[in-house]
This record gives sequence, structure tokens and C-alpha cells, in this order.
Amino acid sequence: MTAARRRRRAWLPPLLVGVGLLLAWQVFVEVRHIKPYLLPAPSAIWHQIATNKGDILHAARVTGTNALVGLLAGTVAGAAGGALASRFRFIGELTTPVAVAVNAVPIIVLIPIFNNMFSTTSAIPRRLMVTIIVFFPIFMHTLRGLTEADATKEELMRSYAASEWTVLRKVRIPGALPFFFTGLKIASSLSVITAVVAEYFGGLQDGLGSHIVGAASNSAYGRAWAFVTASCLLGLVFYSLAVTGERIIVPWQHRHEGAR
Amino acid sequence: MTAEPAATPEGELPAVELLAVAKTFHAGRGGQVDALRDINLVIERGEFVSLIGPSGCGKSTLLRLIANLTDPTAGHIAVNGKSARQARLDQDYGMAFQQAGLFEWRTVAKNIELPLELRGWDRARRQARAEEMLKLVKLGDFAGHHPWELSGGMQQRVAIARALAFDPPLLLMDEPFGALDEMTREHMQAELNRICEETGSTAVFVTHSIPEAVFLSDRVVVLSARPGRIVTVVEVGLGARNDDTRESPEFFKKITEVREALRGSA
Repeated sequence: MTAARRRRRAWLPPLLVGVGLLLAWQVFVEVRHIKPYLLPAPSAIWHQIATNKGDILHAARVTGTNALVGLLAGTVAGAAGGALASRFRFIGELTTPVAVAVNAVPIIVLIPIFNNMFSTTSAIPRRLMVTIIVFFPIFMHTLRGLTEADATKEELMRSYAASEWTVLRKVRIPGALPFFFTGLKIASSLSVITAVVAEYFGGLQDGLGSHIVGAASNSAYGRAWAFVTASCLLGLVFYSLAVTGERIIVPWQHRHEGAR
Repeated sequence: MTAEPAATPEGELPAVELLAVAKTFHAGRGGQVDALRDINLVIERGEFVSLIGPSGCGKSTLLRLIANLTDPTAGHIAVNGKSARQARLDQDYGMAFQQAGLFEWRTVAKNIELPLELRGWDRARRQARAEEMLKLVKLGDFAGHHPWELSGGMQQRVAIARALAFDPPLLLMDEPFGALDEMTREHMQAELNRICEETGSTAVFVTHSIPEAVFLSDRVVVLSARPGRIVTVVEVGLGARNDDTRESPEFFKKITEVREALRGSA
């Protein structure tokens, strides 16, 4: 009862704000007679979503698969890289500055080059791009989680004469999980953004990004916005999955926020 | 006066023996810090001894030397008649810190089972002991809870239960109640007093609270400001403690004695 009420109190205000913004948008477009190529009304976008439901779902499945494959590959690689860098200090010292530098560069500009490297009917360049983008937040957060030691727990394990391996298994890895999930939350949003944007540069014409570009160049602004909306929802789905995973696997993370 | 792990039955050796122990940080380099100098102390089995002194006097360092979490620069340390290192490897002591240091991903019972797991106890035996320990610290209903669902005082009680779980002959505590409010603190002191009486463990307890040291201890070791040296050792001898002890004239007399020793040391 109280939990339900608390949940409602958490959901209600953003929901009201969202509905309010949509209403204001609709009223603004109608009253000021805004041209659709500048900004279509929410009702027009909704209409386009309803008419193109099949296309949207198919495109979302294609882009979602690209994002997911890249996210999984990048997460596995990033976590493995972070673990290696924490275990062997020279690897960490060698790779961390590179990782930071690469992370600051707009790697996404490499997509046309990837497209040339593989055939244009291949989803590999997009998935590869997502993998690379996802790698860095996962790598950095895993490395930080594994190296940031909890002094009390480490001393306690030392007082138990525990082996390095035991300390790793019982303290370091579980202790790194909250950091890993912070990285995964960032990576989950990035994976969808990258998968959509990767389609802007040609190649297969089957995803949300290709449809946005296609509709916009045909002056079908409502339809373009319909696919934009779908991309937003896809991003939210990925993020929510990461948050749900975090809630289930590291439930203590939310309880003492601020303690860290 | 040798501390060889000789054929002498363990029971006759003191729990802790410190002989001319000194600890210097950054020895021989710039910023050299003399933390402890010429520490001589013998703690008998079953004794409760507090270490008290101005902050930075090295009382925590002294405890960590006994625990072999750091090595002395000079002198000799024996724990249960063995070297401190051997005593650590044999897990001769249980330890509690100012931070409870509970494992968030483990339930309360599983936290207490951790040292038992590392000693290779089987599951049934671990569970039985965890249950027993939770009763001892009066948290019997919280076995399945997670640490973050507990208050600070309760977490600290779990940490003490964990330290006691494998029946260590020696209990080392570094300001375990330092982060608790006064009421919880007094309650925890009474609990610890009861637990030590029930289990007969030897305890070395670091604190900066004079009443806490006096209430808990058989002897209070007063250390000077850095470099830490033993100024005096106050024999408390209050007998069995209860809440009335805190208001007894003897209690206040001992508090005054410790306070004056501390003042003289500063």
C-alpha cells in the first residue's frame, strides 16, 4: 500500500509533465500555424505512427538487434579488458590513457570507413561501431570498480589469511558490480544512439535511422518524427533493462546512495 | 621471555606480548613519522584491555601490529605464543573495525558465515553457528536481512558477531562503536561486556572515549601523544558491570584517574 503509493508518487510528476508538454506542443503548433517541416503536431506524429506501425516495428527490431549485438559484444570485451587491466598493472597503465583519449574523440565518424570495409548489405559495420562505442564506458567502470578497494573489507580478508584469489572472488568482483552497472547504463543508451546514427551513412535501408533519413528527404516530416519517436522508445527500453538489471543484481546500490 | 611456539601448553602463554616494539612510517625518508616507541605490554588470557590516547598517538597502529596488518620497525610481538604473522595465518583472532565492513551482497547470516567458509566449515555447521551468534547479539530475527536494511548499531553488532563466529581466542577491535550515537553506544558496550563474559575471550579495544574504556576494561593502557608511548596502565577492577556501574563512585574515580593520566601525557 505505502510502497504502491510511493511508486505512484515517483511516477506521477514526470508523467504529468510529459502529458503537459505534449499538450502545450499541440496547442503551440495549432495556434501559431507552425509549418510541418519545422515541427509537426503530436497528433500528426501519432497518426503517422498508427499508419506505419508495421514498418516501425520491423525497423525497430532491426536497429534493436544491431544495438543489442553490439552492446553484448562491447560489454563482454569491455569487462574482460577492465579485468585484465586491473590484474596486470602495466596493461592498465598502458591502455587507460589511450581509452580516455579515444573516448574523447567522436569515433562515430568512422562509420563511412567501416561501410567501405564491409559490403553495403552487411549489418557488421553498424554492430562493430556499437561494440567499439560500448567498450569504453564498460572498460573504464569495470577497471575502476576492480581497483577501488574497500579498505575495511580488504583488511578483514587479510586478517582471515585469505588468498588473493579468494579476495578477488569474495570482495573485488561483487564490489565492482555497482560500477559495472553504472557503465552498463551509459552503454545501453549509447548503443541505441550509435545503432540509429550509423544508419544515417548509407548501407542497408532497413533500420530506424535509414527510415528517418528517407522520410525527411521525401519531406514526409510526420513520418520522420514517427521513427524518431520509435528510436527514443527503443533507447528507453534499453536503459530500463539496464536499470532493472542493476536493481536486481546490486540492490544495495540504491539504498545508500550518497554513501559512495 | 622467548616467544618460540614451544612445547609449552598454549594456556600458559599470555594472549599478547609486546616487547620494545616501535613503529616508524617512511623510515629513513623525508616525512619520517615516529608512530610508536618502546612499547612493552603483556595481555593475559581472558583480559579485556583498552588502548586510549590522544588522536594520532598510534593506538590503531598498535592494534594493527598485533593483528599483523602491518609490521613493527623494531621489537618483538607474540600472539598466543606465536609470531604475529603465524597467529594471523592460523586465524587466532577476530577483528572489528569502526566501519562495520559488512558485505552488502550477503545476508546478515551469510556475513557471519564468511570467516567460517574460509576455514572450510560445512554448510550445516556454518548455519548453526550463524544462528547461535545472531542470538548472542540479539539479532535472531534478522538472519535473512541484508546489511543495508539494518541500522548502524545493528550492523556493528553483526560485525562483532562475525568477529566472534569462529570462537577466536583473541578479539581485536578498532573503535567499533566510534560511529554510533551515545545511547546505542552504551547499549553496545553492555552487550560486548556480556558477550566477553559469556565467551571468556581476550579483547584488545581501541577507543578515544574514557568512560567506554573504563566501563569495558580490566585494564586501560594510556598512550602519550606521538610518538606513542605507554604512559601508565590503569587497573580498573570494577567487577561485574551493569547500568548502575556507570553511576557508581568507583566508576567516576577510575574515569578521573584515566583522564589525569591522559592530561599528563599530552
